[in-house]
Amino acid sequence: MAESDKKYNEYPIGGMITERGSARRYKTGDWRSRRPEVDEEKCIDCLFCWIFCPDNSVLVEDEKMKGFRYSHCKGCGICAAECPKKAITMKEEGA
Amino acid sequence: MQKLLAMNGDQAIAYAWKQIDPDVVAAYPITPQTIIVEAFSEYVADGHVTTEYVCTESEHSALSVCVGASAAGARTATATASAGLAFMWEMLYIAASMRLPIVMAVANRALSGPINIHCDHNDAMGGRDAGWVQIYGENAQEAYDNSIMAFRIAEHLNVRLPVMTCLDGFITSHSLENMSLLPDDVVKKFVGDFKPIRPLLDVSEPTSYGPFDSPEYYFEHKYQQVRAMEDAFPVIKEVQREFAEISGRSYDFIEPYRADDADYVVMAAGSTAGTLRQVVDELRAEGKKVGSLKLRLFRPFPAKEIAKILEGKKGVAVMDRAISFGASGPTFPEVRSALFDLSSKPNTVDYVYGLGGRDVGVDDIKVVFSQLMKGDSKTINYLGVRI
Repeated sequence: MAESDKKYNEYPIGGMITERGSARRYKTGDWRSRRPEVDEEKCIDCLFCWIFCPDNSVLVEDEKMKGFRYSHCKGCGICAAECPKKAITMKEEGA
Repeated sequence: MQKLLAMNGDQAIAYAWKQIDPDVVAAYPITPQTIIVEAFSEYVADGHVTTEYVCTESEHSALSVCVGASAAGARTATATASAGLAFMWEMLYIAASMRLPIVMAVANRALSGPINIHCDHNDAMGGRDAGWVQIYGENAQEAYDNSIMAFRIAEHLNVRLPVMTCLDGFITSHSLENMSLLPDDVVKKFVGDFKPIRPLLDVSEPTSYGPFDSPEYYFEHKYQQVRAMEDAFPVIKEVQREFAEISGRSYDFIEPYRADDADYVVMAAGSTAGTLRQVVDELRAEGKKVGSLKLRLFRPFPAKEIAKILEGKKGVAVMDRAISFGASGPTFPEVRSALFDLSSKPNTVDYVYGLGGRDVGVDDIKVVFSQLMKGDSKTINYLGVRI
């Protein structure tokens, strides 16, 4: 059952959070209206996107750009604007 | 054995708190509440209580300290009036929505401006939607008794809401009256130990208080408050019953006086309820079928109980010591709404009275009864104002 399917009396009173690290389960990626997509052919792994991303949503492994953490990316488009190779494009969600 | 003493309402509240010995009291002095925190601070200084007494720089801070202390797991109390209560506005809602059982005495005083230090109920009535239980006391005895019951009501696990114990500024707060005090051990036993829920200071079970609540959850938390208010009714009943056992003094949400066979009933909260009974006796001696109704509990609003008493009456006057500009006094629409579904509805009118401490005596209330009985009242009347 999703958290938001629960009834009023299944939550702690007063909006208390009674478990540790619950923010990890709070997926803010669903605020996004446009999603970044990377063209791996054009990407040179300069990691400007990783540096500029305000929400730590660019995935990097072994100093290589490995896509986006869509569960938290809010689609601000800063990565696409900063990419020196125009390797990142913003696509309409649901399009 | 109960001690009989002369005390004013403020001293009576301070004395109740002394017997209860809350963990934290945070307050800022304001007339006509000042005697409460002044007297209590002496109990602290003289070592009669172990309370952590915090002198804050404002009422906004006073209730903020109470919110923090209560969330941390402390039994907490404060007192205020008028502009001080207005300055607590933001925190009133936070205390209630965080479900913190803070007890606050309010010595009801008019709001500025023009500045006025005397009694009316506009301060507390303005806070009616904040989610606090509100109990209005008639005299020093009730101020004392309500203060003791308030902790039990607030802290009950089915309620967990802050409670305001109101008393009329100056009329009750500053007038010496004969009153009975319960022995310390009886009060302590009645109130019992405070059992906090998920206190902030419990590091074994860390808890976050007051986080952001998104649209998917906020309404459910508001509904929790709705239910807590509903669940407060039986809790208050039970606390009143147990209090009667230890004190011999019985209280209820509303208290009718000679209302059973009355055709006309006037109702009021606070000290005016006493004057009402005097007038009822005088008019009864003249053969008039009149009665009165004292409103003690304003939140939650005892609509069913009021309807039961007032069903079939010819006329009801609701006396409001407060005004919502552009509408009426605040209790009138609630009483009239409570009567709306009755098959036999009384003619129900509003008397706004006593604003800014305008004295209301026996003769003034006789005017209310007389107009009510003749059918001369308007829907909303302004008692004694020079129009």
